Amino acid sequence: MSDTPKLSVQGLTKSYDGLPVLERVDLDVAAGSFCTIVGASGCGKSTFLRMLLSQELPSRGRILLDGRPLPDEPTPDRGIVFQKYSVFSHLTVAENLILASEFEAAPWTGRLFASARKSAFADIDGLLERIGLKAAANKYPVQLSGGMQQRLAIAQALIKKPGILLLDEPFGALDPGIRVDMHDLLLGLWQDLGMTIFMVTHDIHEAFKLGTRLLVFDKVRHDPQAPQAYGATITYDLPLDSPGAARSPEDIAGVIGAPAIDPQNQFSNSNAS
Amino acid sequence: MRIINRKPSRLTALALGLLPFAATVIAYSVASHYRRLDNPADKLLPSLDSMAAAFWRMATVPDRRSGDLLLWLDTFDSLWRLGTGMAVSTVLALSLGIAIGFIPHVRSALAPYLATFSLIPPITILPILFITFGLGELAKIALIVIGTAPVMIRSMAQAVLDIPREMIIKAETLGASVWQMVTRLVLPQLLPRLITALRLGLVPAWIFLISAEAIASTSGLGYRIFLVRRYLAMDVILPYVVWITLLGFLLDLLLLQASRRLFRWAHQGVDAL
Repeated sequence: MSDTPKLSVQGLTKSYDGLPVLERVDLDVAAGSFCTIVGASGCGKSTFLRMLLSQELPSRGRILLDGRPLPDEPTPDRGIVFQKYSVFSHLTVAENLILASEFEAAPWTGRLFASARKSAFADIDGLLERIGLKAAANKYPVQLSGGMQQRLAIAQALIKKPGILLLDEPFGALDPGIRVDMHDLLLGLWQDLGMTIFMVTHDIHEAFKLGTRLLVFDKVRHDPQAPQAYGATITYDLPLDSPGAARSPEDIAGVIGAPAIDPQNQFSNSNAS
Repeated sequence: MRIINRKPSRLTALALGLLPFAATVIAYSVASHYRRLDNPADKLLPSLDSMAAAFWRMATVPDRRSGDLLLWLDTFDSLWRLGTGMAVSTVLALSLGIAIGFIPHVRSALAPYLATFSLIPPITILPILFITFGLGELAKIALIVIGTAPVMIRSMAQAVLDIPREMIIKAETLGASVWQMVTRLVLPQLLPRLITALRLGLVPAWIFLISAEAIASTSGLGYRIFLVRRYLAMDVILPYVVWITLLGFLLDLLLLQASRRLFRWAHQGVDAL
């Protein structure tokens, strides 16, 4: 059983209207890995993440989770944090966090009442403390800053204790200083809960700082007469946890044609390994 | 300072808001005064006094034939028809709107039919309704429903489609069933939009109500103004028009305030007329 990878991607291809976006993606990921995914815009890295979530289905190939094919629709075994709209705007912070247990406890009303509700609120007290939203427990998401909203989104995504956490540019809209706080929160939760993380990011330094494994998506074949003819695949698969093995962020930046120092995020440069 | 950057104080804003109303009343009084100088028996532009007296008579003096206080009888009957019609439309808008907006198969089945149905001018159906349902309450309420429901259903279906897909996927990863998503996510997200649809729907609803009452009825605000038209009783018609306008205004205000109170999360930062 220990030989079975947590997640296995085999011969994955995704096409839209006959045009491939991703092709021949093969990947085995061990449980507890933190995979960061980078690549140029439009290279299909978000599409890849959506397929891991079953929000989209592969055109060819298959994805195995614990040796079994993925379900055809999003399920609680995979949590997700999007860049925006990840939390429910009509619920307060605390209500957002008890929603999953309400779904589980009350199939028909989807709601807990009286003492059951009170104990559900008590259960998430520690979590609120941990994500620093205790004082904001009764606020609506619109009243929170972007960083607070994403902390709530991450906490909410982990409520069901998913084996896999998917993050689609979760910190893309945040200020650099806030991002560093978010990195600490995320790394702490990852170490405590031991889930497998896939994180798409634009920020190469963030990818190097957080990940144990870096996946670079790019096109290997290019037809100048038909730029859309070929899809992207994983061109670099770098282990980041063994020292000396990693190439520098600047090398990877050159490969995918992104600026080595993200002009929007000079802070993270100093944090890169 | 440029005029676009000059903001009126609260008092100025109030005075400016009242100005067009005052101007209308003054212009009317002047016109009425000079007309009655020419012909003291003029019925076209009665004085404010005689209109107030007529309105007072309708509101407090029992009708000689039936013994009813006509204004209150008319108001009650009209509001009952309007309320019942809008209640039916609301139920249809929520149930069909959610089904069409949320479930692709229902959308494929009903959306084209609804789009076609909503193009029928509702007034053209009125004779059919009178023939089918007789001249009673049912035909009038049915006209209000047919006139308002299709547009409200479509706007609710659109509102469901406007819910960020991210939220629905997040709910799936939290283990929600379709029914739980409807009750805990779609419906609450929809309610503020329903209030907007109701406020917009009330405008045609009044038109259909007054039309139906004018054609076949024995009570109601529309019935009364079309009845006294035969006697050129502008002193009753004009106050009734103002009264109907006032009722419409108060209903609109009530709905807006209810929405602000009940759906605080939806009214943050954005202010609409």
